[in-house]
Amino acid sequence: MDQTNPVTPLSHQHVTFPDGLQLDCGFHLAPVDVAYRTYGTLSPARDNAILVCHALTGDQYVADPHPLTGKPGWWGRMVGPGLPIDTDRFFVICVNVLGGCMGTTGPRSLRVREDGTEEPWGTDFPAITIRDMVRAQHLLVEHMGITRLLAVVGGSMGGMQVLEWCATYPEQVFAAMPIATSPFHSAQNIAFNEVSRQAIFADPQWHGGRYWECNEIPARGLAVARMMAHITYLSEAALTRKFGRRVRTTPGRGATGGPGSLFGEMFEVESYLRHQGSTFVRRFDANSYLTITRAMDYFDLGAEHDGDMSRPFRGTPTRFCIISFSSDWLFPTSQARLLARALNQVAANVSFVEIDSDKGHDAFLLDEPDFDRTIRGFLCGAAEHAGIG
Amino acid sequence: MRLDQRLIAGMIRPRTRVLDVGSGDGALLDYLFRNSGCDARGIEIDMREVTRSVAHGLPVMHGDADHDLVHYPDNAFDYVVLQRTLQAVERPREVLRQMLRIGRYAIVSFPNFGHWRLRMQLLLRGRMPMTSVWSTPWYDTPNIHPCTILDFLTLCRDEGYVVQQWMAVDEDGERAPWRRSIRLANLFGEQALFLLRRKDAPR
Repeated sequence: MDQTNPVTPLSHQHVTFPDGLQLDCGFHLAPVDVAYRTYGTLSPARDNAILVCHALTGDQYVADPHPLTGKPGWWGRMVGPGLPIDTDRFFVICVNVLGGCMGTTGPRSLRVREDGTEEPWGTDFPAITIRDMVRAQHLLVEHMGITRLLAVVGGSMGGMQVLEWCATYPEQVFAAMPIATSPFHSAQNIAFNEVSRQAIFADPQWHGGRYWECNEIPARGLAVARMMAHITYLSEAALTRKFGRRVRTTPGRGATGGPGSLFGEMFEVESYLRHQGSTFVRRFDANSYLTITRAMDYFDLGAEHDGDMSRPFRGTPTRFCIISFSSDWLFPTSQARLLARALNQVAANVSFVEIDSDKGHDAFLLDEPDFDRTIRGFLCGAAEHAGIG
Repeated sequence: MRLDQRLIAGMIRPRTRVLDVGSGDGALLDYLFRNSGCDARGIEIDMREVTRSVAHGLPVMHGDADHDLVHYPDNAFDYVVLQRTLQAVERPREVLRQMLRIGRYAIVSFPNFGHWRLRMQLLLRGRMPMTSVWSTPWYDTPNIHPCTILDFLTLCRDEGYVVQQWMAVDEDGERAPWRRSIRLANLFGEQALFLLRRKDAPR
């Protein structure tokens, strides 16, 4: 596994808010850096802004190459000139979430200790919530002088942020697209996150979260966490189609020993997962992974409003478009339907589409023509209703 | 847009809130938004139609009359529309109740099982009728609750709904000439179109 310097000095476009944020946990975090990318041009009336919210391991590099991996942006097929989220028309903002590791304040950021020295927050970083992430994004949006976002769009944990935007700043969201998401994190999903976290804790190089002191990273634990999580992003059909039972024939590449030994040959699906794990640790911080998965686990829109999931949306002026994928078992359609019905209860303007796909949860990042058409059409409709040419 | 959808659109006042249950390709929604300034939304059971409608910027959600109306609050809409679907729902009476709970007016169209061709086929051939309107054999038909115009009027009376307007419509959606006599309409009308209101709703 690669051993990248745990505190990679990389500069990201960002704004520093010296007054910081009051977090849900009661802690006042200050100062707060908010790192972001923008695409397209903000109209003179500042009414064409679309905020894209990224998922657990995403970042603000939605449509340009990743500065660490050099890979294309994670939604480069969706955001750009002429694409469904059309940067010729719209001004697209994507913000690294609070607690992340790509420039927004998170566990890897430095804090000043009482003796005046600096060190990373590490596991002392306060527990954050999805709403805290949204508050940080809100700081940036207001800083840009945008009073109302034309749309807030996001998949998975990004969808949780979309919902929290609508609940917290209803008048500032004209249209919302929560995609492949749920109004609460299910017990099964919390369980998967816990396995991911335990994998990190079990890595001897985790050093109780202070791995920077030894100039190490818990690469093995983080890679296992990623491998496990990655399975939940796919589907049985997708794994079968992609890999089947095919075996990689290069001998002697297994974990132990050469041909004839127990692990002498490797199934393609194993090789794929290992690759996913090893590339992930190069770009993601383990403590960020812990902080953000915890924020997802805490997410429960109903619980935040006395158990009534529809209450935060009472009187909402926002147009919603809920999208789920038929083979997504991490955020299944049944949970999206609960959300749709909660919105019906307050007579909100809701579209609800289940896209037929065998690609599992990750379908929202992949080539699904019906999905593209739905996003493009909904945003065009929203722009028309908002009176934007 | 089908001709009978134009008749429906003609019953709906401008700038009102409309729910179209079974919105299909969204033609009526699009018309109501563009021409009448309505806040028009749809529910549709066929996912391909839902996707197509949303991709055209129309607010449509996947769902059906039997299971999804119950989630809306009272008086959420001015009009709730159910086109050519009443005969295919699980519980027509309950669907009508829900429509007139969440909307002040209900606009309902359905194929008339009292049409003379159906009566004659059953009488002369002794077999389930097959016409251009009722075109699927009995074992394949989704139309599990067929009714005649007279049956429907009886239900409205029993449930206490006011029939504000009614008309017979032929298969192409053209308004049929049977305007005065319900009995003639029940014999010659291929489709029926009703505008109902709750007793407490303004005329």
